[in-house]
This record gives sequence, C-alpha cells and structure tokens, in this order.
Amino acid sequence: METASTLTWTIYDADKMTQREIYGIVLTDLGKQHPEIVGLSADLAKSTKIGTFGDAYPDRFFNFGIAEQNMFGAAAGLAKAGLTPFVSTMSAFASMRACEFVRTDICYQNLNVKIIATHGGMSFGSGGATHHANEDLSIIRAFPNLTVICPADTIETAMAVKKCMEITGPVYIRIGRGFEPRIYESEDYGFEVGKAHELRSGTDLTILATGNTVFHAVQAADIMQERDGLSVRVLNMHTLKPLDEEAVIQALLDTRRLLTVEDHSVIGGLGSAVADVIAASGKGCAFNKLGIPDTFCPHGNPEDLMHLYKIDTDGIIEKVGELMQRDFEEDEDWEDEV
Amino acid sequence: MPLTDQEFAELTERAASIRCQIADVTGWSGGAHIGGSLSMTDIITLLYWKYLRIDPARPDWEDRDRFVLSKGHGGVGHAVVLAERGYFDREALRSFNETDSMLGMHLDSNKVPGCDASTGSMGHGLSQAVGMALGARVLKKEWRVFCIIGDGESNEGSIWEAAMSAAHYKLDNLIVFQDRNHLMIDGPTEDVMSLEPLADKWRAFGFETREVNGHDLHALSEAIEFAIDHKGSPVMLLCDTIKGKGVEFMEGKPEWHYGGLNADQIAKAKASIRSED
Repeated sequence: METASTLTWTIYDADKMTQREIYGIVLTDLGKQHPEIVGLSADLAKSTKIGTFGDAYPDRFFNFGIAEQNMFGAAAGLAKAGLTPFVSTMSAFASMRACEFVRTDICYQNLNVKIIATHGGMSFGSGGATHHANEDLSIIRAFPNLTVICPADTIETAMAVKKCMEITGPVYIRIGRGFEPRIYESEDYGFEVGKAHELRSGTDLTILATGNTVFHAVQAADIMQERDGLSVRVLNMHTLKPLDEEAVIQALLDTRRLLTVEDHSVIGGLGSAVADVIAASGKGCAFNKLGIPDTFCPHGNPEDLMHLYKIDTDGIIEKVGELMQRDFEEDEDWEDEV
Repeated sequence: MPLTDQEFAELTERAASIRCQIADVTGWSGGAHIGGSLSMTDIITLLYWKYLRIDPARPDWEDRDRFVLSKGHGGVGHAVVLAERGYFDREALRSFNETDSMLGMHLDSNKVPGCDASTGSMGHGLSQAVGMALGARVLKKEWRVFCIIGDGESNEGSIWEAAMSAAHYKLDNLIVFQDRNHLMIDGPTEDVMSLEPLADKWRAFGFETREVNGHDLHALSEAIEFAIDHKGSPVMLLCDTIKGKGVEFMEGKPEWHYGGLNADQIAKAKASIRSED
C-alpha cells in the first residue's frame, strides 16, 4: 500500500479500514519521517494495530506484556530520553488501570508521549463493562498539560495522529474499535486541534458531538432539515481539551438550543465541558446532554447499545424534538447579541 | 578499582556532611522524610561523587548517566546531594517546602536542576528508569541508569512489572539499588507485608543480584563496579541499611520515617553523626 506522507491514499482506503487500522498505517508512515518515534504495546499490538509499526521498526517497538502501569511509566522514561513514544492500549486501561502513571509520570512532567486509546466508549460492546470506557474522558480531561482528541472517523484519526506530532507534550487520542462510518471525504477539510469543525450550518439548534456520534448527529440534522425544515448546526467537537469555547459561545448566541452527544458517561465528558462554558457565559438557553447515564452498560452490539442509550440517529432526533419544545428565559440583551 | 584510602576518607566525610545537612533541612522545613534519606545516604553519596558520569554545569547534558530516586520521599536527601554537588545554590535548601520554593518533599524534575525524574508516588521511578535505559539502546547511547527503590515501595505491583520488563529486555545499563532499611510507616516490612526472601525474588525475576552492606563504602564500591561491568541482565544491589542511620535516636525507629527537628534535636543529631566518623 502506498503510504506517502500526504495521506492521499486514505481517500481510497478509509472506507475499508477501521480507525485502528488507519492509526497503525499512519504511525508507520510517520515512523519513516521521525526516527524518534517508538511504539509501546501491552499485549495488544495486533488489537490496537500498533503492531503495524512494530513490524516495520522492530528496534523501536516494545511490548510490555499485560502491564499497563509499567508501560506508561516506561513511556515517560523514553520521552525523558528524547524519544516520542506512541503508547497504545484500550481506553479503559489507559485511563483507569494506568491512570496515575499517565497523570503523574507523563502529564505532571509534561512529557511528549502520545497515547492512542482504542476501544473507546462502548465500541467494544460485547466486552461488557470491564472493557467499556465510559469514564475515560471525565478522568483524563482533569489532567493538566494533556490534549484530548476524539476523532470522528478514519480520516480524522489519520489527521489527529499526524497533527499530534506538532504538539510538544502529552496527547490522548481516543478511537473506537472499528467500522465507524466515514464522514470526511479527504484530509483537506481543515482539521485543527482545538477548533471545532462545523459540518452543518444551522440557526434553530446546535448539536455538539464527538467521536463516533458525529456521524449520527449529521444524519439526524439532515433528516430533520428535510422532514421538518429544521435548521440544525452540527459541530464536530473532535478536541475535548482544549475545548473550542468560542464555537460553543457562538452556537449559544446563534441558536440558543444546544445538545451534546457522546459515547461516554454524561458525567464529566463533552456534555459537562460544554455545560461549564454555557454556565460561565450567564446566558439562558435550552440545553441537554446525550450520553451514557450513570450506569454500567450491558454486553451487546455497539450499534444496539448506542440505540439503547439514544446516542444514535433516532435518539438524537428524539432529543432534538424535546429540546425544540423547551422554554428558556431570554435575557434582556439577547437581541443585541444575535 | 577499590576505593583508595583518600577516597574512602573523603567519601566518609562527604556522607557525614550530607547527613548533617539533611538534619538541618528537616529542621528548617518543619518536617521531612529523614529516616529513609539517612538510610540511603552512603549509596547516593558514592554514586554522585564517584560513579555517575554527570556535569552539574550541564544538567541536561544528553550523554549523562541518569539517576532516578524511585523512593521519591527521599527527596530531602536527594536535594541536599544535588546542592552539595553544585547543581544549585545551597541557600535554596533553606526554603525547602515553602510555597514558592523549587524544592519540596518530592522533587519536581521540571524545577530542580539535576533531578532526572519526578517521583513521590511509590512504584513509579523504576518504570521510568526502565524507559530511560531502553531509550539509551534505541539512541545507541552509552549512558547508564542508576535507580534507588525502597523496600516498602516494593509492595507495589508496578515494581515487579518494571522488574519483569528490565529483565526481558536484558537492560544491563540499568543498576538498581534496594534501600533495604526494613521499615515502613506502619512498622517492620515483614510485619506489614513480608518481602522475604527478597534476594531470591530478584533472582527469580532475572536480576543479577548481590547483597551488600549499604553503609560499607568499600563493599558498596565493589558491588557498584561489579554491576557496571556486568553484561546481559540488569543488576540488583540489595543494600542492607538502617533507617535513620547515623542518628542514634532515630536508628531503627519507624516513627522517624517522617518528622521535624527542633534546634536541640538538630544539635544532638549532628553530634551523633559526627561521633560515627
């Protein structure tokens, strides 16, 4: 496969690959240009696809076995030595099993470690609660120095993996297990870390979505536009931290109705981050969060689970309908601001 | 090369001076982890004044040997050593633990010149040391990594994860010292959570293991030289030490894991340290 640094190959192949596969290929590509990149795995080289890098650069790839704490601590040491470790494991283990090593060894020392956390949210549905990561964003969003990115599809995963090399410091990229539907056609749509990407313009309501729910937000917006004439803005909030507060405020002023959607607990993730911005603005609005309620999810097919918790197209349409009926108090200077 | 008489005399005096300064800082700061700092003083003194290839004028010199204090609560001892070795002015020690000071209980590698890793939470430093040793291999560098771990610290599972990986990758540029002072906060290690047979454990984990008196500079020196020359596996120097070593009223007393000292106690501590010279 052609793996030129331009990534133009993704146009042809993104449909056939998962986020993890794209990650493995892009990292291998980056490895050519950056001899300082090393790859670390905890017995998930095949599963997280970092093994693709390991096959190409066996001298720069280290398997740590099923010992995530040590792997992240060692990543800190490798970064201290001047290397750029890409560390892959499932989101549940990166954020919880190795939590303190990520926080204290990597984030506290502000080290150049790139964490590629796979199987985010409920994407490993059949794995059950032990393998779901519905809390990772709440936990790691609180770590100073850490940039947090949840790419929406394969192309955005490629962009995030490539762009994280431009950040000096730790980065957490949360991807799914695979088969996320494609949103972007090519890599030149203007991905910028920390900047929301507007996928649909709209004035009646804004859906702020992240990760694998962005696709459903777009579908929901298109259906409601066609069926109900509703003008729904869709923002792809691919960067959770730093959050694009400007885009949130603009959506608040322009549409006054906001809905967040994420494959993550409603406690502490995108919804909470957006709620913080709204509360600080002092503006009245109709707001709600879609995500996993305060519960452990059952085993199941990821699509079924997304349907169960209403973070798919149908659920978003239902929640938008509710939110459009909600009254909110308009403050006096509302007209001035619009 | 065995220590010469002159080296032995100088290192002995240096270690006594370090111990006295640890007592001073413990007093100035209102409290510090003095017991475990005194138990590792001879090891760290020997490293910083004889074996580490370092240049205090260039703390970030790429080819330097690395030192990781995995038992990060020994920060007060490490800080005294770094100041004495010339990484920063000794005056900085006077503000130890103060809000705006670069120095505090657990040293911050982004603030303290010469500190190669931020540690404090138990069971983290050895993993970082493993990463640094692997890094030397990737970069084809000759630097060596010296790491001191605690014995109580070795209750942490991550220590053994790190040990497994060091042996797996045959990190013969990694030399680990275990400050086996036999005490942790709640009492003797063997009462709180037994570690023995400790040497057997390290051997079983793939470390070339030597047991050595951690206060005998000649024996320590010989062990370190053995470790530096050893090829094919990481080395564990299991150092038998006394918590509070040098200060009679602290030796072997778990309550001196952490404590403060008033002027009288400082004087008494120093007299005790000097009486051992």
